[in-house]
Amino acid sequence: MRSSLLPTVAHRLAIFAYIIFALFPLFWLLKVSVTPNDLLYSEGVRLWPSQTTFEHYADVLRHSAFPTFFKNSVIVSGSTAIVVTICASLSGYALSRFSFRTKYWIIALMLLTQMFPLVMLVAPIFKILSPLGLTNSLTGLVIVYSAFNVPFATFLMQSFFDGIPKDLEEAAMIDGATRFVAFRQIILPLTLPGIAATLGFVFTAAWSELLFALMLINGNDAATFPVGLLTFVSKFSVDFGQMMAAGILALIPAGFFFLLIQRYLVQGLTAGAVKG
Amino acid sequence: MSVAATRGAPYHRKPWLKRMADSSEPYLYSAPALILIVVVMLVPLVLGISYAFRDIQLLNPFSGGYIGLEHFRALGQDDAFYRALKNTLWWTGASVLLQFVFGLILALLLDRPFWGRGVVQALVFLPWAVPSFLAGLNWAWLFNPVIGPLPHWFFALGLMDEPGNLLSDPRYAMWGPIIANVWWGIPFFAITLLAALQAIPRDLYEAASIDGANWFQRFSSITLPFLAPTIAITVLLRTVWISNFADLIVVMTGGGPADRTQIVASYIFTQAFKRLDFGYASAIALVLLGLLMIYSMLIILLRQSLINKD
Repeated sequence: MRSSLLPTVAHRLAIFAYIIFALFPLFWLLKVSVTPNDLLYSEGVRLWPSQTTFEHYADVLRHSAFPTFFKNSVIVSGSTAIVVTICASLSGYALSRFSFRTKYWIIALMLLTQMFPLVMLVAPIFKILSPLGLTNSLTGLVIVYSAFNVPFATFLMQSFFDGIPKDLEEAAMIDGATRFVAFRQIILPLTLPGIAATLGFVFTAAWSELLFALMLINGNDAATFPVGLLTFVSKFSVDFGQMMAAGILALIPAGFFFLLIQRYLVQGLTAGAVKG
Repeated sequence: MSVAATRGAPYHRKPWLKRMADSSEPYLYSAPALILIVVVMLVPLVLGISYAFRDIQLLNPFSGGYIGLEHFRALGQDDAFYRALKNTLWWTGASVLLQFVFGLILALLLDRPFWGRGVVQALVFLPWAVPSFLAGLNWAWLFNPVIGPLPHWFFALGLMDEPGNLLSDPRYAMWGPIIANVWWGIPFFAITLLAALQAIPRDLYEAASIDGANWFQRFSSITLPFLAPTIAITVLLRTVWISNFADLIVVMTGGGPADRTQIVASYIFTQAFKRLDFGYASAIALVLLGLLMIYSMLIILLRQSLINKD
């Protein structure tokens, strides 16, 4: 009994260290966001201020463009998640159920898109979208993000479809249903967890995207959260309380989807990293 | 029953149109995804390759002509590019190694059952959910002596002469984005490796324990061999991904001070975004693509040999 105590204590201590390392930066974000301005520097290294305030949050919501950024980001990420999930369900189903001549070329193409540096598309995409009036527009961002996320989402959906027996839709098709009806009414409802996971993954990815948003958007009207926050930082870099309050607000949707998809993380990332 | 149905098919030949429809079915399903990929990724990729040989500057209306290998000649003499290449190796190597080591330790810690494991798992994986720009800003603030505690702690520990900003010190600035990247990327490795660990049959460990194998023997002769394929593929894929990952650097240092943290990916972005020199940016991108393709061939070969082994 005594000999197993030491490893157990070491194990718990190590776990504890990881939790501290993972949470400390976020804790600091929260701490500064609730510190009143006059205590910001005098209590700079204290772990928790002697007084707390929500005035930074109120300022951000009332006197800045952050509500617009937030709305833009929700529109872009939400639309991207929906478009990608629809496209990826269809293509994931095709890869899971059919064997056709160009299947391996399609898989190779999707793998290729995961390999090459997306940053090399920054200039050409700007040149293509600019005459179409899709720069400085949320629609342009949705199109670009959808394409970037479709390959991974396809592999993810494929792995969920692979887990559903083929007999189900074959039985329905023998009873006279077309394949599409069988797909929509029998297979899709069974993959709801997969659909939720895909929505969550894509939403989070679109919510975080920075470089293309910086390149394609200028001005506040169509700015997404990352662009807005970064412009804010480079312009008014003294108002730390407000910036960190905005940071906490940016974290909320991502955190929400994280809790939602947490269960599928292991499955999803394994499908993406190892299979795909 | 389904066998009987398909057997019956050749006797009454399906009409031409029906056969067409059947064989085009998989393409109909994959069409929306494929169109998106081709229009938004493949076409710009080809266009980007052509830009590398053209003089394309957004602010200069007279640019656009073909100039052959001019950009590549300029690139060969561009010291900033060579520095960026060296920084990329350093950034990628250190980030991947640290993420992998800490991710593996975390996966091993989480692989054994204990009270509250579900909650702990959610907490330690949380950094993965933090948007990368926010992770960058968050760490930039932590390193900032005005607002963050880290410089004061480093000073108290004697690691710094005065509580200064790590990110503006040319000697150590690269460590800032690397630490942020490690914080952000540990969960990815931990999640992937944990999934692989949980697929190892438990009775192997029991059998080894009965035979008197100690922890280290069990780890090196059961765990590692089982994890090896996952480790190889994850590390290789992650290497490609991290070498292209410019977000943290753009947010935290913008490549500075004095280009000390400029990696190739952020250099491309700077050329396109700040100088609006799309031609030169595309030429650098093409070189990076070439280097990564050589690297990716390794992945595909490795993947193939691992699949064949199964």
